[in-house]
Amino acid sequence: MEVFQHVPQLIVYGLISGSIITLGAIGLSLTYGILNFANFAHGDVMALGAFLALVFLGLAQSLGVPAGPFGALSFGLPMVIALVCAMGLTAIAAILIDRILYKRFREASAMVLVISSVGVAFVLRNIIQFIWSPLPSYYFEKIQISKPFLGIRIKPDEIFIIIFTVAAVYLLHIFLTRTKMGKAMRATSDNAELAKVTGIDTERVVLWTWGIGAALAASGGVMAGIEGKFITPELGWQLLLYIFAAVILGGIGSPYGALLGGTVIGLSTEVSTAFINTAYKPAVAFVIMVIMLLFRPTGLIRRK
Amino acid sequence: MSILKVEDIYSGYGETEILHGVSVEVAPREIATIIGPNGSGKSTLMKTIFGLLTPTKGRVTLEAEEITGLRPDRIVRKGMCYVPQSDNVFPSLTVLENLEMGAFIRDDDYSDSLEEVFARFPLLEERKSQRGGSLSGGEQQMLAMGKALMLNPKVLLLDEPSAGLAPKMVGEILQKIAEIKESGVAILMVEQNAKEGLKLSDRGYVLAMGKKRFEDEGQALLNNPDVGRLYLGD
Repeated sequence: MEVFQHVPQLIVYGLISGSIITLGAIGLSLTYGILNFANFAHGDVMALGAFLALVFLGLAQSLGVPAGPFGALSFGLPMVIALVCAMGLTAIAAILIDRILYKRFREASAMVLVISSVGVAFVLRNIIQFIWSPLPSYYFEKIQISKPFLGIRIKPDEIFIIIFTVAAVYLLHIFLTRTKMGKAMRATSDNAELAKVTGIDTERVVLWTWGIGAALAASGGVMAGIEGKFITPELGWQLLLYIFAAVILGGIGSPYGALLGGTVIGLSTEVSTAFINTAYKPAVAFVIMVIMLLFRPTGLIRRK
Repeated sequence: MSILKVEDIYSGYGETEILHGVSVEVAPREIATIIGPNGSGKSTLMKTIFGLLTPTKGRVTLEAEEITGLRPDRIVRKGMCYVPQSDNVFPSLTVLENLEMGAFIRDDDYSDSLEEVFARFPLLEERKSQRGGSLSGGEQQMLAMGKALMLNPKVLLLDEPSAGLAPKMVGEILQKIAEIKESGVAILMVEQNAKEGLKLSDRGYVLAMGKKRFEDEGQALLNNPDVGRLYLGD
């Protein structure tokens, strides 16, 4: 059948968008597990990271950081500096939002937190729009040519995105299983009251959770910019449904679950376009999410 | 001279007052047990002592220092640990990780405490890489106590340590509690296996309707015909 000839190429696209979804899903899953609420501002935190990277990219270039690209990639040292700085600053921003807003509602019901996160989402998106305009902003002008490989087109930048994501998931896993703070995060996610009774400083755990989640979200926003070449204030909001679907699919609180969920959602939405109209991509993610909630609400990776 | 002194506590949830002026105390190296029917306020008392609930009136003193209303993580640092009745281990963490979390506030080398816990509960060492949630009820109870012992506490609060356990396990857990006391820890516990609990207790309290009804040596309470008739089902 002719429709199948595109499938291998769509699988590659699926892995790439799956990587970006994964980077968002990890942070959402961590905050969901520890603070027990669905953070609707998470997508806009990704956008914030993407735009902060734009600022640092310009700054690095104007400070004369050698801009020559790394090997076959379309970016060089300035982009790496921008990525690291954006991750750090986004982490600080998320911690500040927690101190200013969410901390007041620590004992409130999850619904109060969800609604306030919707408010944060609007505020962030409008600030971004106000500063950078709703029009697309570009990381770099140069267009990278895909290199065909066994009939499949993939750009070196895209390989970078996939490797970056797998490395981030691996490092987070190491952090959660080998360090004291990582274990305390898992303990708090298991049972916050018991964590307090045990003497774990749960407020410090909350800070780490926001910091790591936001830094990874920022990296996801930057990767979306590297992949798409341009970024818009809507970038994160548009990804949010896919990210929620990935978190629910993978199971809350597990980085490997987020990787699995992100990859499955990326693959299924992309591959679906061989058979149905591209406009139905969000519907595919939504259907997967609903099926999971109906039949296996704990996610594919069982935690307890 | 008691190590933990609870004086005239009034406490409850929100508007609902459950404890109407309760006083209990524990001396060093002794077990004090609180018994009483369901809903008498035993768990509420434990939670109030440990700072999970704030009393409207009354005071809690640990080693002559007032700790009323302190946050649980502060009380832990003062040398008192609390083992809740249920959900008292981290299910997705391994046994070893659970014990490490017990020592969270310690920055020094705690390997000797870990060895002591393993010596007291050899089963935990065998199962150290298993997830807490995969243990049986009795094993989880041992892990929860082991986790508390990682801080070498002076006082241990145990909320119904034998609840829901198989009869054989009940004896074993209570035996371990007696051993922990022998090692120099003062223990205040709530116990629904009232007779077994009182048997090994130096001191006993009967709580009913949020008030203290009886107070005596453990064995004396067991022999008290009123207590037996009203609360021990004799």
